[in-house]
Amino acid sequence: MGAVLLLLVVSAVTFAIFFLVPKLGGQTADQLATQYVGKDANPESVAAIKKNLGLDQPIAIQYWDYIKGLVVGADYKFGPDATRCDAPCFGYSFKSHVEVWPQLQERIPVSFSLAIGAAVIWLIFGVTTGVISALRKGKPVDRVAMFIALAGVSLPIFFTGQVLSALFVYEVPIWESIDYVPFTQNPAEWAWHLLLPWISLAFLFSALYARLTRAGMLETMGEDYIRTARAKGLRETTVVAKHGLRAALTPIVTIFGMDFGTLVGSAVLTETVFSLQGIGAYAVQSIKDNDLPIVMGVTLVAAFFIVFCNLIVDLVYAAIDPRVRYS
Amino acid sequence: MKTRRVTAAVASVLALSLGAAACGGGDNNNDDNGGNGAKDAALTSIVNASSKKGGTLSLEHSDVPDSLDGGNTYYGWVQNFSRLYGRSLTSFKPAAGKEGLEIVPDLAESLGKPSADAKSWTYKLRKGLKFQDGTPITSKDVKYAIERSNFAPEALSNGPTYFKAYLVGGDKYQGPYKDKSAEGLKSIETPDDQTIIFKLKQPFADFDYLATFSQTAPVPKAKDTGAKYVQNIVSSGPYQFQSYEEGRGATLVRNPQWDPKTDPIRKALPDKVTIKFKVNPVTVDNDLLSDKITADAAGTGVQPQTQPKVLAGPNAKQTDNSYAGATQYIALNVNVKPFDNVHCRKAVQWGLNKQSVIDAMGGSPKGDVATTLLPPSVNGYTKFDTYPSAGHKGDAAKAKEELKACGKPNGFSTILTARSDRPAEIAAATAIQASLKSIGINIEIKQFPSGKYFSNFAGVPSYVHQNKLGMLSMAWGADWPTGYGFLDQIINGAAIKPSGGNNLMELNDPKINKALTDAIANTDDAARTKAWGDIDKMVLDNASVVPLVYRKNLLLRPKSATNVTVTQAYLGMYDYLLMSSSK
Repeated sequence: MGAVLLLLVVSAVTFAIFFLVPKLGGQTADQLATQYVGKDANPESVAAIKKNLGLDQPIAIQYWDYIKGLVVGADYKFGPDATRCDAPCFGYSFKSHVEVWPQLQERIPVSFSLAIGAAVIWLIFGVTTGVISALRKGKPVDRVAMFIALAGVSLPIFFTGQVLSALFVYEVPIWESIDYVPFTQNPAEWAWHLLLPWISLAFLFSALYARLTRAGMLETMGEDYIRTARAKGLRETTVVAKHGLRAALTPIVTIFGMDFGTLVGSAVLTETVFSLQGIGAYAVQSIKDNDLPIVMGVTLVAAFFIVFCNLIVDLVYAAIDPRVRYS
Repeated sequence: MKTRRVTAAVASVLALSLGAAACGGGDNNNDDNGGNGAKDAALTSIVNASSKKGGTLSLEHSDVPDSLDGGNTYYGWVQNFSRLYGRSLTSFKPAAGKEGLEIVPDLAESLGKPSADAKSWTYKLRKGLKFQDGTPITSKDVKYAIERSNFAPEALSNGPTYFKAYLVGGDKYQGPYKDKSAEGLKSIETPDDQTIIFKLKQPFADFDYLATFSQTAPVPKAKDTGAKYVQNIVSSGPYQFQSYEEGRGATLVRNPQWDPKTDPIRKALPDKVTIKFKVNPVTVDNDLLSDKITADAAGTGVQPQTQPKVLAGPNAKQTDNSYAGATQYIALNVNVKPFDNVHCRKAVQWGLNKQSVIDAMGGSPKGDVATTLLPPSVNGYTKFDTYPSAGHKGDAAKAKEELKACGKPNGFSTILTARSDRPAEIAAATAIQASLKSIGINIEIKQFPSGKYFSNFAGVPSYVHQNKLGMLSMAWGADWPTGYGFLDQIINGAAIKPSGGNNLMELNDPKINKALTDAIANTDDAARTKAWGDIDKMVLDNASVVPLVYRKNLLLRPKSATNVTVTQAYLGMYDYLLMSSSK
């Protein structure tokens, strides 16, 4: 229930920003409609589009119609006959007049694939590097790892992505091109074609997670119960994995939930650099086009994934932290 | 010491990687086989001419089209591209150089037959024409295509509406989605399946040019789904859609129902055509350089960061610096003081250092200094310079004389607009600011987003007046390559609109308006063509337009691209009807 309320608030705020902020700057409904008419914005076309998109209605009515469409669907007429947009109807694009929901459905797998692969890589490399660095604090391996981590955090994706692309697609063409191949079509091709975007994205996040893990492990490994575990004669791997890492993981899982959820809806730079048609790239396009139904759609999808991932994180807490129990 | 050595080693590896990346593909194209023509060869000839069938014409675009539906597009590149799957009544000849500006019949047997007063135009369709599903193409399908594209703005609002403006009763007809009568728009007559007659409100001698628009490509009424038709376009050309993904791309394959005997202008050499949208612009350039694709569909040239690499390297001979059919200019609004005074306008004309503007924009690959509003690639262009100065660097003495005559001997202050997401336009504005400061004209630059530039700001006279926007950055390309196609929407008083207008000067000179009306009614081609140059001179005498640059594209043709030539009919991009690939 809380999640649904949150999504409602997000949608209301997005709607308000879209309409009210330009209105404060003096934008009229006609000027808004003119943006969707194309180059030949004659008064008849502007009036027709304004009416058909509902821009002649008060903002509250437009919002109500939008929410109603999400729940019970809506009818639209952009041609000889009216077409039914079944629930959840995220509306029709103001620019291209296509239904938003099918477009989102096609793009969600791209963004999800990008995020999940990168997440696996950054978790493996980030956490492992962080643990090793913490255990070898001050040693060369720690310094090298932290230097790479610093570089990873500092280098933006549009830089690492372009460099990787220039090197491995054009200079030494290991990849013919970077495309999205659906997992259901060919899992091997899916992974192969996404490997470079995964590495670009994971490079940034691995660095971040290595530093986080290192800090967490350094703190945990200095705790009394670790000393006790060692005093009891437990093997060092057990001490590190079962007692040290498990405790250090809690904050990392929290951040991972946020990062992963956010990434599904906003991997804008990676998607743009590698020309992947995901939710992030779609969001940029819709903002550029001032296309409210798509802006609303991508915002709600992004918000949904953040809420959903946080829910999963709450469930995972119980597994890794014995103090947390479901009630 | 040890740490320093490790740091140095890591830095070296990183630097080498970056260096290799920065070189970006130069080595791949190091062979000098000369098989791809010389620099600018495609401006006047067909490079890599071939008659070999097969291969895939693969295109990429960094953005999305307004629509691939020929009845719902205004984009020049879509007009060019859509000829692969849609045949209009007439088209531009797929040929090199000036020949590419010639109109030839396409669906029609011959060019339009005008009545003596040029108010009625008749076309006869060829026999044996078929849609991809095998049904015959009739004149009624052409009529329906025009009705849906011009009269249904509630669904298809992207395209131009010249047919609506010129056809008798165009202002009253409600369009095929609302008017369900059998006869439709009465001013388009279809007495039989081969004949189509257009009845116009006023004489219009450029009608054959309007007939080249993709809006005249036939659409079967039974298959029309309005805005969704783009997802299932019914082909009348040599290719049909195998797949279409909104905002992502499309694949076209041969249309078995297309009969080459009915189509003298298309060779249709490739077996397949693919187009991908929203490809990173740098990736598009790299794909061209590494010969992975045949062309950049946008046809506006390589990115600024790619230009030095292309011009200085071995790929230079694969470039074509074509006129883009557009002029960049500054509109001086005649209703904003002090530009209501012609002498203040002339002070700007004389005082501006245009060479500094073009240098700021990136130099000669970006274009040539403009002295006229019409660009050289448009029919009717006449070379002249009303405000000449040595090296186009401005004439301060004459500018100061005009300032005195305008009553502002010490200069004045004004505002210049520019689009915030167009770096070249901002660079030009900054150069103009610096140049005019020397004669006492102080300019404040105000930036606006291009998406709302015409709808909310520069194209809204009330906003312009209220905010005293005296100088407005503008660029314009012809809707069709004649003087009228270029000028009508930007200098005709009738083109001034409450919002979304393109006549940013608010120029409403009865003499200029009349000259436009008279010229377009003249069926004498030579006299009409000469008139466009005369009207251009009248505009420059009025001094409300300050031409800056005839824009150019720096196009790159990959080695696998065959039958490559630049078409001036479509804003100086490559001719996609002619183009094929050896891959």
